[in-house]
Amino acid sequence: MDGKGEDLFFLSNGHISPVFYSVLARRGYFPIEELNTFRLINSRLQGHPTTHEGLPGVRVASGSLGQGMSVAIGAALAKKLNGDDHLVFSLHGDGELQEGQNWEAIMYAAGNKVDNLIATVDRNGQQIDGATEDVLPLGDVSEKFRAFGWDVMEIEDGNNLEQVIAGLKEAKSRTGKGKPVCIVMTTMMGNGVDFMMHTHAWHGKAPNDEQLATALAQNPETLGDY
Amino acid sequence: MMGIAAGLTIGGKIPFASTFANFATGRVYDQIRQSIAYSGKNVKICASHAGLTLGEDGATHQILEDIGLMKMLPGMTVINPCDYNQTKAATIAIADHVGPVYLRFGRPKVANFTPVDQKFEIGKALMLSEGTDVTILATGHLVWQALLAAESLENQGISAEVINIHTIKPLDDKAILDSVKKTGCVVTSEEHNYLGGLGESVARVLATHHPAPQEFVATQDTFGESGTPEQLMEKYGLNNKAIEAAVLKVLKRK
Repeated sequence: MDGKGEDLFFLSNGHISPVFYSVLARRGYFPIEELNTFRLINSRLQGHPTTHEGLPGVRVASGSLGQGMSVAIGAALAKKLNGDDHLVFSLHGDGELQEGQNWEAIMYAAGNKVDNLIATVDRNGQQIDGATEDVLPLGDVSEKFRAFGWDVMEIEDGNNLEQVIAGLKEAKSRTGKGKPVCIVMTTMMGNGVDFMMHTHAWHGKAPNDEQLATALAQNPETLGDY
Repeated sequence: MMGIAAGLTIGGKIPFASTFANFATGRVYDQIRQSIAYSGKNVKICASHAGLTLGEDGATHQILEDIGLMKMLPGMTVINPCDYNQTKAATIAIADHVGPVYLRFGRPKVANFTPVDQKFEIGKALMLSEGTDVTILATGHLVWQALLAAESLENQGISAEVINIHTIKPLDDKAILDSVKKTGCVVTSEEHNYLGGLGESVARVLATHHPAPQEFVATQDTFGESGTPEQLMEKYGLNNKAIEAAVLKVLKRK
């Protein structure tokens, strides 16, 4: 857990902490029962992820958007300096790419050949106030990264785990070739729950008990361990 | 730059991130706050061109708020050395300190008077000249000015104690209290806004433990402007003459 001799993952869009915590718990970083403390007083599971409470698996605080790309690049540089051939992965919201810091970092990564970094973009087209293309159009994200000198891949259905895993494998094979690698994943926010899809309305809102029951009924393959 | 520095620490590196003080603090405050301070990263922010003495570039580049911004961040150490030798010693010392540090220094050529081999101890104020009538607590470029003022005051029969407060956070409360208990009044001197700087930190210590008259040699909630360093220090009341005047004023309040 000291960042050396291991792959690293950075969550830049910290507001998706529920899914981050859920994955960390199920990968054994902390007990699954602790998920029930999310956002409660004295919890290690803060509203946005932080190292401050000592939660295993979190490497840096995120929540104020647009900082994760820079931190991931720094960690990737440290790996190069240390002769450590493990990789750095990062996840970014598409709306978050409106933050200018990203583009300075994206430029830096290409200019400095940070080719041990795989940045993934959750291109769901939605952000808290509406569709990304209505709020502040991002246009062709892939072309933007290419124009900045990155090796860019696309995953057609980012909600399809088989495609995601195959895409990540492909991305790993493209590291070490002089360019940072980006995967733009086209996704659906609220995928699998009919009333949550095709809208930004659930970006920052939890369902009530009835809505939860409806949503779970539409997803029989849930983990059932919460 | 601050984000990348935070990332470098995750691989065990000790990054020294350096640019003009204005761009090393105000411009990137949120990045420092979240990715460095809140995340507890071992980054050393080394900021040059602090304060008015940057000179002709003017107020866009002259930050007088940086000490306040940095000292308010939990876990951040704030250091403002006074000359070349002390800056060099502090740079070496902060490498051994685990945790985020803000090291602030200036642009102009200033007197280099601290001993070349003096070890730098974070948080340990340095007694430069003992006295009995008034305590002058100075930081950064104002330390040399305080020594000049003390010399002139000596000729007027006033015994001034000069202490170099190179570390603003953590503050050496004991050194300050020991001195003020002896002299009964204090002048703080800094190339920074009087709001949020060394003076306010000292006022907090005194108010809590030993209330005493205090005068602030600092900028008075204003931006800077273009000029030579000497002209600016004169105009904004940050030189030996301003310290002398503040001493005469505070002595009357004892």
